[in-house]
Amino acid sequence: MSRALIVHRAGPGVTVQDLGRPGYLAYGLSRGGAADRLAMAEGAALLGQDENLAALEMAGMGGEFEATEDLRIALTGAPMPASVDGARVAWNASHLVPKGARLNVGAAEVGSYGYLHIGGGVDAPLVLGGRCAHLAAGIGASLKKGDRLPVGLDCKDQIGMKIAPEERFGGGTVRIVPSLQTELFPEDERARFEMTAFHRDMRGNRMGVRFEPDGEGFVSAAGLSVLSEIIVPGDIQITGDGTPFVLLSECQTTGGYPRIGSVLPADLPKVVQARPGEILQFVFISLDEAVAVQQRDAELKKSLSKRLAPLIRDPSSISDLLSYQLISGVTAGDDHWQSAI
Amino acid sequence: MSESKNHTWPQIRTAGYDGFVVTFGDRLSGSANSAALAFRDAIEKAGWEALEECSTSLVSAYLRFDPLICAHDEMRAALENLVKTRDWFEAPLPSGRRLWRVPTVFGGAAGPQFAEAAGMAGLSEEEAKASIAKTRVRVQNIGFAPGMPYLGELSSEWDIPRQTELTPQVPAGGLCVAIRQLVLFPVPTPTGWRQIGQTALTLFRPDAPDPFLLRPGDEVIFVPTPAAARADTENGGATWELIT
Repeated sequence: MSRALIVHRAGPGVTVQDLGRPGYLAYGLSRGGAADRLAMAEGAALLGQDENLAALEMAGMGGEFEATEDLRIALTGAPMPASVDGARVAWNASHLVPKGARLNVGAAEVGSYGYLHIGGGVDAPLVLGGRCAHLAAGIGASLKKGDRLPVGLDCKDQIGMKIAPEERFGGGTVRIVPSLQTELFPEDERARFEMTAFHRDMRGNRMGVRFEPDGEGFVSAAGLSVLSEIIVPGDIQITGDGTPFVLLSECQTTGGYPRIGSVLPADLPKVVQARPGEILQFVFISLDEAVAVQQRDAELKKSLSKRLAPLIRDPSSISDLLSYQLISGVTAGDDHWQSAI
Repeated sequence: MSESKNHTWPQIRTAGYDGFVVTFGDRLSGSANSAALAFRDAIEKAGWEALEECSTSLVSAYLRFDPLICAHDEMRAALENLVKTRDWFEAPLPSGRRLWRVPTVFGGAAGPQFAEAAGMAGLSEEEAKASIAKTRVRVQNIGFAPGMPYLGELSSEWDIPRQTELTPQVPAGGLCVAIRQLVLFPVPTPTGWRQIGQTALTLFRPDAPDPFLLRPGDEVIFVPTPAAARADTENGGATWELIT
């Protein structure tokens, strides 16, 4: 039987994601890829593999999956209750899903997007240089019952590790830089924008998320006849009714609604993980400050593998301890929870 | 064109944290559009180490770069030097351009906002249809969605704004109008542009060897066709010939 993950049940927004397919912007295709790119880095660190290997992104709700062979997995992003054959497993950690076992992932407890990473990566077909679904472009599709996802070869054996996730759930302050159309908004409108609390609206997907301001909408000097201009993920577009949309991974590549600023890549996970009703505030920082923030973010991502710690499991929570011991030969010596028994 | 004598263009601005946009005018013109296309080509050939990706909008070239490899000041200086290497407003259009004839159903269920848009342009529906059918529009940019063309320029009465509310969904192949331009949607899309007609073009085929149907510089004539008469063939019977 080939190495695969079988989908027995999937929430409505489970897709294959990697870091996207750069290079087609000039043809109108945005890069796409995982909404929370930090989660991709955390999963890669947990499994000791490349962060561009494809994983499953689960919007709000996971699913039930079966391994056709022993598979290493890691769970990151929005924490969801997860179990392997009924035994609860920790989030932000790596585990073994033995051949034939069922992995169950429930609804997000905080945040919006959870990730299931697999040792060797999901070997989805390569389309225009990427394996990720780009729903807005009609590439790939949400997963459904009966899908069988081929999994790449896995030459590592590290499991039973945990990572302290970077804080990014529940809203908060998001840093933005001025962008090419910021000056279309009068200074007092920009000041009011920074003073305003925004509620994450119900309307949101991988293309963008709408935020409802406390108070009046925002008005630019240019109105509705701006020439369509380049859009980048993170841009905050002010639509005709004055409310902001933060554009995300699957955003359009150009657009005519004026943009008041652009969210730093390092703060995008906070935007994508906000749940409806949660409150965000935007604060302008200079480009120099932004470079310093991104420098720290790059260093953080590089150091993730040094921040792993052994996952100490409580033996009483392991319902099928015997079956684990039977397959312990394949998990090699770094199966740290065994030392706690 | 007058822009070439105007020292305020091009303008170089940052776009987001890791991008620059080089803009060749504040309104759409043929020379600003071809300047943007040629400048993007030059960025691609410059061999800059920090370059991640480049693209164009209607009158701008865009590049994404890694500011941790090349500081913003350095990148801006490199762009300024590239700007000085020629008169970009006199750059030729891309080669291999094609003229497309695209059967199009105007109005009714195929163009729910045709009457409204015609009214805003001060035209009757018959006049509006004739006005668009006689205009050979050019693909000025591919953007927004994969393979999606921005086409222009229509006559001045079509300088109508986008609507304030978004239309929840325009179907694939839908023809929409605003600010003297036409767009065609490759996939069903919410939009502020008014839908005036429907074509059967497949603008993006992810699995095809050449996934994108139209290219910047191509020209298009939208040929009015009764709904029942539209050919049931690939791209609804659209044809093309090389522009020589």
